[in-house]
Amino acid sequence: MTIALIDTGCANIASVRFALERAGLDHDVVTEPAGAADCDRIILPGVGAAGPAMERLKARGWSETLPQDGRPLMGICLGMQLLFEHSAEGDVDGLGLLPGRVERLPRPDGLVWPHMGWNALEGFAVGEPLLTGISAGSHAYFVHGYYVSAGRVTQAQCDYGVPVSAIVRQGQVSGCQFHPERSGAVGARILSNFAGIKA
Amino acid sequence: MLARRIIPCLDVRDGRVVKGVKFRDHEDVGAIVDLARRYSAAGADELVFYDIAASARGATVEPEWVSRVAREIDIPFCVAGGIRSVDDARARLFAGADKISINSPALESPDLIDRLAHEFGSQCVVLGVDSRKIEGEWRVHRYTGDPDKTRTDERRTLDWIAEGLDRGAGEVVLNCMDMDGVRDGYDIEQLAAVRAICSTPLIASGGAGRKEHFKSVFELANVDGALAASVFHKGVMEIGDLKAYLAAEGIRVRP
Repeated sequence: MTIALIDTGCANIASVRFALERAGLDHDVVTEPAGAADCDRIILPGVGAAGPAMERLKARGWSETLPQDGRPLMGICLGMQLLFEHSAEGDVDGLGLLPGRVERLPRPDGLVWPHMGWNALEGFAVGEPLLTGISAGSHAYFVHGYYVSAGRVTQAQCDYGVPVSAIVRQGQVSGCQFHPERSGAVGARILSNFAGIKA
Repeated sequence: MLARRIIPCLDVRDGRVVKGVKFRDHEDVGAIVDLARRYSAAGADELVFYDIAASARGATVEPEWVSRVAREIDIPFCVAGGIRSVDDARARLFAGADKISINSPALESPDLIDRLAHEFGSQCVVLGVDSRKIEGEWRVHRYTGDPDKTRTDERRTLDWIAEGLDRGAGEVVLNCMDMDGVRDGYDIEQLAAVRAICSTPLIASGGAGRKEHFKSVFELANVDGALAASVFHKGVMEIGDLKAYLAAEGIRVRP
């Protein structure tokens, strides 16, 4: 089992790499689709803005290969948002692997923007494999200013004045809005759960 | 809903964790990686690593140290110390930092905040502010890592924070210098004044001595997180006990 970790030139790839090392999960950092040929799962991490990240995915051929791929895929934070059809951040089209749109988080009274910190995971979908062994109410670390409203691909959500998609999935395409690599034991379990999903 | 964050801070000088009182008379309190691992395991919500001597002597926190810590911990990791360019920040982020905190270099060239926010996003950019009252006004200080070089800036604290947020900082850490290491409680008055103008997360720093101080700063200044150093380094309180106390007092924390 080897996970391909897509290097989009985003800044926090080291955090994800270290988390996979701590969890004892084999991985290769890859820049182009050919580099992932021997891997059986793919993680699309992401920190930064949607526009430049999509440009890099296009330039390196990922925007063509990922929609046909079929291997288990997990996007993290911005990587999750790029799986959707469109992002209001820079008004760019995403990969379109999941139905829905990324919108700017509203700022209800008394809440700061961006959403930064540990929030409770709730509203678990029955049988979601990424949530095996995790209890509702567990906290995960979020840092984001844009979000996907909880909807039909949402497998877990959190409350930040509005219901925010925390884990999404449709078939082999999944994503976490929070950072499992920086979410303590809960995050480590989610990464291990991803590694255990049948390819 | 979002939990309030408890954030231990490692002030580092010459490869060791140190702690002073009011930014002076630093003593050695332990090894960097040992303390980082201990706090991460104890339930800390984030770790801050300040190379306190870096800015004052024109150096920058070493990426190698960033990696050594980042490898060991599974919580968010903020790094500070003489980061004065986009390339400086990129090297620390690639080494495993999640956020970059800038203080003296931002005062030297405020557009550093804009450049970092544009390149990495506001969520990566933390504005550290060292502030104390001078003749009745809160004023910003720079080069606070070295008592002989510390000086009062011409800027007023509230003006500087408003400018930093306008330039794209995604979080503010307010170090209340008169309270630093004294363990007499956070500077609620100053923090509440900053809270009123701060639309991003705000972290209180300086003064934690008892569990009640954390409760007060969350309730009275409505900060998003509380940073502390000496109480944790010296074993005055354990993070787990502190969080259990806060939860019992009705403050939302991550168990």
